[in-house]
Amino acid sequence: MKVLVAVKRVVDYNVKVRPKADGSGVELNNLKMSINPFCEIAVEEAVRLKENGIATEIVAVSIGPQQAQEQVRASLALGADKGILIKTEQGLEPLAVAKCLKAICDQENPDIVLMGKQSIDGDNNQTGQMLGALTGYPQGTFASELKVDGGKASVTREIDGGLQTVSLTLPAIVTTDLRLNEPRYASLPNIMKAKKKPMEETTPEALGVDTAPRVTLLKVEPPAERTAGMKVASVDELLDKLKNEAKVI
Amino acid sequence: MSILVIAEHDNSHLKAVTLNTITAALTIDSDITLLVAGANCSGVGSEAAAIQGVGKVLVADNEAYGYRLAENLAPLIAELAPGYSHVLAPATTTGKNILPRAAALLDVQPISDVIAVEGADTFKRPIYAGNVIATVKSSDAIKLMTVRTTAFDAAPAEGGSGSIESFDSVYNQGNSAFDGEELAASERPELTSAKIVISGGRGLASSENFKMLERLADKLGAAIGASRAAVDAGFVSNDMQVGQTGKIVAPDLYIAVGISGAIQHLAGMKDSKIIVAINKDEEAPIFQVADYGLVADLFDVIPEMEEKL
Repeated sequence: MKVLVAVKRVVDYNVKVRPKADGSGVELNNLKMSINPFCEIAVEEAVRLKENGIATEIVAVSIGPQQAQEQVRASLALGADKGILIKTEQGLEPLAVAKCLKAICDQENPDIVLMGKQSIDGDNNQTGQMLGALTGYPQGTFASELKVDGGKASVTREIDGGLQTVSLTLPAIVTTDLRLNEPRYASLPNIMKAKKKPMEETTPEALGVDTAPRVTLLKVEPPAERTAGMKVASVDELLDKLKNEAKVI
Repeated sequence: MSILVIAEHDNSHLKAVTLNTITAALTIDSDITLLVAGANCSGVGSEAAAIQGVGKVLVADNEAYGYRLAENLAPLIAELAPGYSHVLAPATTTGKNILPRAAALLDVQPISDVIAVEGADTFKRPIYAGNVIATVKSSDAIKLMTVRTTAFDAAPAEGGSGSIESFDSVYNQGNSAFDGEELAASERPELTSAKIVISGGRGLASSENFKMLERLADKLGAAIGASRAAVDAGFVSNDMQVGQTGKIVAPDLYIAVGISGAIQHLAGMKDSKIIVAINKDEEAPIFQVADYGLVADLFDVIPEMEEKL
């Protein structure tokens, strides 16, 4: 069984991003970049499927600039067998990303596609669902548990107010939520080994994907600042303020 | 222009988030059709027709739609969408699951988590976990979007008189099936929709001490959250995590207890109406976003609050 896992290079989750002074975009120069946390969980899940004898091959794919190779290599170090980098300098919208991944699915014929439920930069939460539409594969989004058996995937999904379990006929798409697993750290020997694993490079153009944007970013701005609050001296004063001033209790 | 709104419901009752989505739709145009797709959901159709502002309700009543599986609902929405200028769904786990799948069938790039409507094709949405607000303009012929329901008031649930029609197209892809559901049976409200949230951080020091917060939460009818530090320390499970990689909450009152206020955490709660911080370290960054700060030992404060409420 083959697993395709998609990973994205994003600003590290510990970095606070700011709009550029002219509001034309987000200041990204010299920020620490990492693998998107949800994608890291997807890689970990793929590796566990392989360790449990379910998956036989893991292909990791990323779409981005040349530097996104680092995130593919990181996935190889965690246990993926082959990497694919779809090189583009342009930031692609989820629809274009889904089209690129559809082209890779046609080429690789995976049984399961694992990906993060969203990336922590664009926060769109769309790509997995859109890939589902383009491939016709069923989808198990926001997964907190994945069981694969007999050509089916049983996916427990984190939904508002609880959990839902769906049964999907493979091939299927699974997008990860936080509770699915805790990713491991790559060991030094595995990082060294990853350098020798195969890595293919292609481009959206070579895959025949139209990447023309549909959405224009007009401006970015910081969210409304919170006005500085006050210190209260006691529980009594706090409760009084909440009851009589803020009127929230 | 006319707008299709995807109703959220459980086959018996409409969910309140639908009302907020209607308000968002009304800021674009007044011609609103509501799609109720489900199984044995005619009662929901009647409820939907009573919402003020809804002109027409389409009821797609079939077993295939009983659990709102994206595989079956997306083609239904894609069939209907070309008759509308906009398709809106609440940005819930259901809306987010279905709408992008429908959009890709239509070759449309959807807009997620809209918090403000600037025009028929221009919308504001948070990116980077709300640290940045983007204004985006869509060039697609049909706009598909999910709406962050905390950003819009609820439309009145009564007083409308929309017409009800049934819509009979059935899509049953047969590649996915509902297997079961475990909804939190807790007496406490759900974290993302609670009016009051009390969150604990590393300062709580143990899983045992979270019980203190639970007692206070029960007095206030509040949900309980936690910072990543508390989750990583193993005090509570990570479905309670509020923050950039956890849940995003915007309650009327957010009480941060023993939480220092890392960026990661602030990103998940800074849109709360009133923020209270209780921390013994007066330098803690959480105080910079708090409306009311109490510099004190939480182990004194929480029992005192519980007693005095």
